[in-house]
Amino acid sequence: MSDAGFTFTIDGLPVQAKPGQTIMEAADDAGIYIPRLCDHEGLRHQGGCRVCTVKASGRSVAACTQPATPDLVVENESEHVNSMRRDLVEMLFHEGNHLCPICEASGNCELQAMAYRLDMTQPTKFPYLEPCRALDASHPDIALDTNRCISCGRCIRASQDIDGKGIFGYVGRGIHRRVAVNGVDLAHTDAAVTDDAISADVCPVGCIIRKRIGFSKPIGSREFDDGLIGQKIESKRK
Amino acid sequence: MVEAHSTGNGVAAPKDARNSRAITGICDRFGNDPHRMLDILRAVQDRFRWISPTAMETIAEATGLTRIAVEGVASFYSFLSLEPKGAITVRLCDDIVDRFAGLDDVVKSFEDELGIKLGTTSVDGRFSLEYTPCIGMCDQAPAAMINDIVVTRLTKDKARSIARALQSDARPQDLISRQFDALSPYERVTMAVDSNIKHAGEVLLGPVPRDAGLEKASVLQPEQIVAEVEASGLRGCGGAGFTTGAKWRLAAAEADTDRFVFCNADEGEPGTFKDRVLLTERADLLIEGMTIAARAVGASEGLIYLRGEYVYLQEHLESVLTERRARGVLGTDIMGKAGFDFDIRVQMGAGAYICGEEGALISSCEGLPGEPKTRPPYPVNRGYLGHPTVVNNVETFCHAARILDRGDEWFHAIGTKGSHGTKLFSVSGDCLNPGVYELPYGLSVAELLRMVSGEDAAAVLVGGPSGTMISRDSFQRKLTFDDLATGGAIIVFSGKRNILEIVEYYMSFFVHESCGYCTPCRVGNVFLQKAIQKFRKGNADSSDIDYLRDLSATIIETSRCGLGVTSPNPILSTLENFPLVYSAVSKKSEDGMKATFDIQSAIEEARGIAKRRSYIFDRDYGK
Repeated sequence: MSDAGFTFTIDGLPVQAKPGQTIMEAADDAGIYIPRLCDHEGLRHQGGCRVCTVKASGRSVAACTQPATPDLVVENESEHVNSMRRDLVEMLFHEGNHLCPICEASGNCELQAMAYRLDMTQPTKFPYLEPCRALDASHPDIALDTNRCISCGRCIRASQDIDGKGIFGYVGRGIHRRVAVNGVDLAHTDAAVTDDAISADVCPVGCIIRKRIGFSKPIGSREFDDGLIGQKIESKRK
Repeated sequence: MVEAHSTGNGVAAPKDARNSRAITGICDRFGNDPHRMLDILRAVQDRFRWISPTAMETIAEATGLTRIAVEGVASFYSFLSLEPKGAITVRLCDDIVDRFAGLDDVVKSFEDELGIKLGTTSVDGRFSLEYTPCIGMCDQAPAAMINDIVVTRLTKDKARSIARALQSDARPQDLISRQFDALSPYERVTMAVDSNIKHAGEVLLGPVPRDAGLEKASVLQPEQIVAEVEASGLRGCGGAGFTTGAKWRLAAAEADTDRFVFCNADEGEPGTFKDRVLLTERADLLIEGMTIAARAVGASEGLIYLRGEYVYLQEHLESVLTERRARGVLGTDIMGKAGFDFDIRVQMGAGAYICGEEGALISSCEGLPGEPKTRPPYPVNRGYLGHPTVVNNVETFCHAARILDRGDEWFHAIGTKGSHGTKLFSVSGDCLNPGVYELPYGLSVAELLRMVSGEDAAAVLVGGPSGTMISRDSFQRKLTFDDLATGGAIIVFSGKRNILEIVEYYMSFFVHESCGYCTPCRVGNVFLQKAIQKFRKGNADSSDIDYLRDLSATIIETSRCGLGVTSPNPILSTLENFPLVYSAVSKKSEDGMKATFDIQSAIEEARGIAKRRSYIFDRDYGK
């Protein structure tokens, strides 16, 4: 394959891409934001949350894993695509226990921010699954509330690939699939608060909590309090 | 037999050490290779009846993985257990066909005689009793697995006598024959399970000369083999219908020194059992077809991925492989041709429908949880351990071997335009002659129903739950790729069956079998199942029909693999073909409020805790 770049379009805008780039990577470079939850800069692509679903020449694909190809016509911000994304985000809200008013992550939470971006303003139509999983507060510096986990697996990949530890992993299947730790509890793992997997921006929700710094930044001056999720990428275009 | 919980006191220590040695021995037997994780875990499960936390640690150490990685695999497969299971585990097939054939009575017999409730293990550790989804015996339902042995055509009385025999220390294999140990592997299989061939066609189930296709292929150039399979029009018989020749061509074109030929014998679609019959009666033909494929694409290693439910066939397949090696038609210098080397290993699955998806099948063979892989790359380009891998269904390989023998034109002339050759149909449900039928493509459903004496059918599920449920006015539709495409499952339902009960069962099946990797399939299918329950309870209104359609559309469009793309089919095809079933049970609520809030279920738990019964809600109150 030659290294020559090529062009494709997202919502009618021409986008430059290099061979081997995914649709999302090329879009990020071009300052076009494609909503995502399980994808995170610096981590392997997973393609699990499906929030980055786009229509690529008529076919629904995950933008984070689908390679860009010359002349591809990508539909990103259409009402149809966004309504599917809203369904997916609502599914994640209903699968776990997401009580924003009492959650430490409120304002920094990507799930919450995504709901705002996708206009999740109506009462939702899905049933609540209300998981009841034990809080793991065993570790001196870290607490884990997997009732708020959205199974994005970012902590798993960060711990494996960046920290070289493998503290987290998926267990179970289907609706019982969840993130678990490599030991009886977090205190019996090599987890350290300095791990990349534990850092503030790896867990998109309030599942991995660093102890003793809760609410140190007040609600109102948090990451998504002054703008929609995705604006950092979109600001590249302006 | 059952490994004791590690107590930490001195008494248990020698036993712990012994168990630990046994587990490291098992890991050694598989070269401490993490890619053989499924084999290791199966062996540990067989020996100790569960995968204990200490076992996971020992395995992790031996294979160089983290404990959580081992647990990820052990907790994924239904036949592996993180809780101690009985020395004898009875798994009753709870497919809808089994339910309609009297499963409830069978359950009761086992519960009574074994003295345990379904879903539990006896205190003495002798027995476990549980449900398992379709085990591929719908033509002789109700059926069950007792450890690795299959028993079929269960009745209240037969179940009772089986349970009594087990209570008085009969081995599971004694249930098949008192002379079980003296039987050949083939006899052991066929004494347990009938092949039920009801109609033999000219390609697969009629007389088949031994290795005639391989003989011809051995003097052809690989390119000529691919061209012949391509010209025959053969398409994959597992359901998706990808052109077989094209698949082989793509794998052959990859620049790689290692290529693999995998047989997908993970037929898990409820109502499908035709591969079971081919594996029993045409194992030689299957292996011949795989060997031909290996020559066509340049592979020297192959694998038969056999679903965990078909473990009773493992010994038989291995004996055929051994016999073929001895005859020089498998192994090195096949048919005397220097450099024509190809060998096959049987890889057992462990109870996961998703492993029939080719990416998930490859993940499973690599020792991982059976999760589909991101596509692209496709398996033909980068599959097993990153190498080009051809994955074909059992029936597809058998067809390929026959095509090489009789020629592409012979095969192409059978069937219809676009759907060439014959197809095996697994017919079960409300008909007089369930079994396997080999028929040319192009028959109508009505014609098939006449053959199986199922003319009373009110509904026919073509292709299993991921296929299409059709009603009487569509019985003229044809069984072809262009009309009703199917992997071969035909389930007949008479007018006395409740369509919504069937739909709810199949949704519960997809919920059970979703791998959980992607949001829409993991969560969306649970919501679909709950919505169907709402219809069945009479709490639905007409807006719930829109809800079903919209949610289905999102699941189909955003799911990562074929499971999620087809899982709403039981709902969508019945909404289309049986609309009255839904409208009859949905009603406008009298107060104009949505019936989503069910006060009974909302307070049920609290009432249970308070031990208070309700005059209004507990119907048996005061009786």
